[in-house]
Amino acid sequence: MLTNSLVLAAILFSIGVLGVVVRRNAIILFLCIELMLNAVNLAFVALSRAVGIEGQVFVFFVMAVAAAEAAVGLAIVISIFRHSETVDLKNFNLLRW
Amino acid sequence: MSDLLWWVFASLAVGGAAGTVLGRNPVASLLSLVLTFFSLAAIYILLGAHFIGALQVMVYAGAIMVLFLFVIMLLNLGHDFRPDLRKGVWLVSGFVTTGLIFYFIWRSFAGEAGLAMGTDPVLEKAAEGGNAITVIAEPLFRDFIVAFELTGILLLVAVIGAVLLAKRRV
Repeated sequence: MLTNSLVLAAILFSIGVLGVVVRRNAIILFLCIELMLNAVNLAFVALSRAVGIEGQVFVFFVMAVAAAEAAVGLAIVISIFRHSETVDLKNFNLLRW
Repeated sequence: MSDLLWWVFASLAVGGAAGTVLGRNPVASLLSLVLTFFSLAAIYILLGAHFIGALQVMVYAGAIMVLFLFVIMLLNLGHDFRPDLRKGVWLVSGFVTTGLIFYFIWRSFAGEAGLAMGTDPVLEKAAEGGNAITVIAEPLFRDFIVAFELTGILLLVAVIGAVLLAKRRV
């Protein structure tokens, strides 16, 4: 079950990367980032059964960072939406050169 | 029994993740992701991490997903059904990802002996549901206390930053 869980984590992470590369909707992009964070959490939990409890402590920190990241990221999305009336990434080229 | 449950929840998780990436509507994507999060919580409990499973349901499926849903509602994005996939990139990266997934599965079946469950007695007892919280709280408040306090500061900064960024006039 541990090895299978690690494989599942790798699969979920790949799907998250695919979403970030392919989609252009900023909200769905954030959802895919959350998916990748969850895949890493699953790997931590699976390895914690083999190595030690510290893996589960790290999952706690990852969750806190994910919550902070979601709050700030969604605030940025709201302020960009207020500026350009869309969340499509092809309009977010302010920092591109 | 527990192996069978693992396979059920693992397939639900992968299906929800695929629905997240492929869904046209942001709300549909989000609800698929909630399905993935619930299945992951079940897998955590099957792996013996009861506290992390509860945290997953409360923090991810509860708080973070409701935050996303509120933003979709506030920005009125629920009617957005336009396809937004990048055509060329979509084909290539979809192919690469499918290949990677099959490679992972093939390696996991063809590989040598998998990871074994640890023999830590404390972990064993916690996995059986004895003292699921004590076992995490002890290293958290003894070895990782500085990181724990820094997490509090991080959350405070995130709250202030989110309010400042989303405010109408700065």
